[in-house]
Amino acid sequence: MILKAFQEEGVTRVFGYPGGAILNLYDSLYDSSICHVLTRHEQGAVHAADGYARVSGKPGVVTATSGPGATNLVTGIANAYMDSVPMVVITGQVPTFLIGTDAFQEADITGITLPITKHNYLAKDVEELPRILKEAFHIATTGRCGPVLIDLPKDVQALEEKYNYPQEIDIAGYKPNVEGHPGQVNRAIKAIKNAKKPVIMAGGGVVRSGGYHELQEIATRGNIPVTLTLMGLGGFPASNHLYLGMPGMHGTRAANYALMEADLIIAVGVRFDDRVTGKLDAFAPRAKIIHIDIDPVEIGKNIAVDIPIVGDLKRVLQALSRRFQPGDTAEWLDKVNQWDKKVDLNPEPVDNKVIKPQQVINKINEITGGEAIIATDVGQHQMWTAQHYRFEKPRSFVSSGGLGTMGFGFPAALGAKLARPEETVFCIAGDGSFQMNIQELSTAVYYGIPVKVAIINNSCLGMVRQWQELFYNRRYSYSTFEYGPDFARIAEAFGAKGMKVDQFDQVEETIKTAMQEEGPVIMDFRVDSTENVFPMVAPNQPINNLMMDGSDV
Amino acid sequence: MKKILAVLVEDKPGVLSRVAGLFSRRGFNIDSIAVGETTEPGISRMTITVEEDSPTLEQVVKQLNKLINVIKISNITEDPAVSRELMLIKVQAEPQNRGEIQQIVETFRGKTVDVSPDSMVIEVTGDDEKLEAIKLLLQYYGIKEIVRTGKIAMVRGSKNSAGN
Ligand SMILES: Cc1ncc(C[n+]2csc(CCOP(=O)(O)OP(=O)(O)O)c2C)c(N)n1
Repeated sequence: MILKAFQEEGVTRVFGYPGGAILNLYDSLYDSSICHVLTRHEQGAVHAADGYARVSGKPGVVTATSGPGATNLVTGIANAYMDSVPMVVITGQVPTFLIGTDAFQEADITGITLPITKHNYLAKDVEELPRILKEAFHIATTGRCGPVLIDLPKDVQALEEKYNYPQEIDIAGYKPNVEGHPGQVNRAIKAIKNAKKPVIMAGGGVVRSGGYHELQEIATRGNIPVTLTLMGLGGFPASNHLYLGMPGMHGTRAANYALMEADLIIAVGVRFDDRVTGKLDAFAPRAKIIHIDIDPVEIGKNIAVDIPIVGDLKRVLQALSRRFQPGDTAEWLDKVNQWDKKVDLNPEPVDNKVIKPQQVINKINEITGGEAIIATDVGQHQMWTAQHYRFEKPRSFVSSGGLGTMGFGFPAALGAKLARPEETVFCIAGDGSFQMNIQELSTAVYYGIPVKVAIINNSCLGMVRQWQELFYNRRYSYSTFEYGPDFARIAEAFGAKGMKVDQFDQVEETIKTAMQEEGPVIMDFRVDSTENVFPMVAPNQPINNLMMDGSDV
Repeated sequence: MKKILAVLVEDKPGVLSRVAGLFSRRGFNIDSIAVGETTEPGISRMTITVEEDSPTLEQVVKQLNKLINVIKISNITEDPAVSRELMLIKVQAEPQNRGEIQQIVETFRGKTVDVSPDSMVIEVTGDDEKLEAIKLLLQYYGIKEIVRTGKIAMVRGSKNSAGN
């Protein structure tokens, strides 16, 4: 019955790992047309489903067994929750008559995931199951998306209920608001017309809602510069002359200065995260704020808003773009254009033997023309990717924004490639992060998923090292690797292609070779371990207080 | 200032821990919470007293609204409403004091529900002020134990407490 529900919901692929309490479901998967991807760790499965969902827009579906299987999913569920990724997770549970007795492999996974799921269910009664499944998919994929978990006791799975999947849905406490309030939309139109120094700040919501054409229309017709948060990258083409780069802690001068000087911020699908606003009381002191978001909770949570609009971004942006009249922003654009919209980069090294990490990312960007799907792990390499890869298309940047989960990138890249096999998919990884889900090499090789992994290998936990250098008197406590594995040989041992690169003049050729390979490739780029991510705004500082190198700490 | 929220919820397993968990997780201050059934089967009502000012209160309401099992929330702080709480007090009571204590209890229209050689258990119902007042008077004799139900409230007149 569960598989029939999957089919009804258009699910063609699930990611998972079997075990005792979910054997019944796996038994029906055995001869089902639904394709199950066996990862090598439950965390790999949940991140792969997450990557799949981010690039396809369809819900990621995950299956795992009770107890340790379920708890291994926790990081991945929290990750999906923080980044509003649609996901349905099905966990096995001990039989109903054993629940609450500390039975073998029992864990209270609905209790554990209460704060990290949009909603969850313990399905104790098979008659309730069709409704629960229907609701789970509905809740995961509508409003502000998120993960929904169904815990399914073994005896409930075993009961073959007459299949009756509900077509209608009615959840009394769940009615997401779609259309923006017309009065507020009118106020926004007036504010845009009168603004002299407007800035659009767009985030993950734009990518998720599919409102990027409308956004582009508003920006170009209104001559309004655009900054994209980490989650929003790809939501507006980096090549557009109105694009200012990313704001916040590692943002560009143009983005941060523009926000601080603006008289109007049109915030679209963002949540004013501390990494973006810096010191909150100092943020955008002169700006009126229009905040458009699907989730009413986000409005006014961190920052006072002048014009709140709750609704589906695509719809609201449509309504705005149809009716707004541009103000006069010529003078403002002149000013904004004087600030750096890109982060400085020396594309060529001084010494061929010292590869700068940014140069590797720059090469990948040049070779793929900003058109590849890029998944990242978490750390310096993630920020360098955000700064130097020029994303042209929505749903092409797959990265753990809210939770900042090391080990996310590689499995997420596998999921992304399965969702969009025709696209080139890179994983830009850290040597630390990659080791957190390195076992998924097996999955990549077994299923022949041709993801190209570029390890930015700086022999350290670079981002930790950077903070220790800048704020902890260079006391590098447990952040440098005296010993690191030979990733190319590990790749070969798993059956993938591995390449080690320690000279700059091999970088380009290696990337090109990797792209020609049919299977998964691991490129181990040995880069300068002392490089830091700049610009940087120290935590809780105003965002126009940018450090351009370490000298001003 | 204390605010009173009337919250209609689906009577599903775990709904109380969802609500309570939300308060602790988001660092909202909850004063009391009382849960009971309504006239409609499958729907319960929580009366939640919180010690928060707007805009935090606004966040509390929005976050509660986001819980799938929460159907409706009304802030009835400003509405003309009757609110009541029940309190049981075990008070130190030597035989020579019992008469005095009994007088206090009657003044507050309470009830003595149990008497043992050296203590009495008293039941009082009322609003915050009244309960605090009797507590203060009984403190003189020595209070051994207090149990309170948390506040419940109902809007006067034809308007429904949950807002319709
Ligand atoms: C699971 C997890 N543990 C710890 C951290 C804290 N952390 C943030 S960045 C970082 C270093 C990452 O190192 P690496 O993957 O090598 O990337 P680099 O910064 O060197 O590019 C660490 C340890 C985290 N984000 N996630």
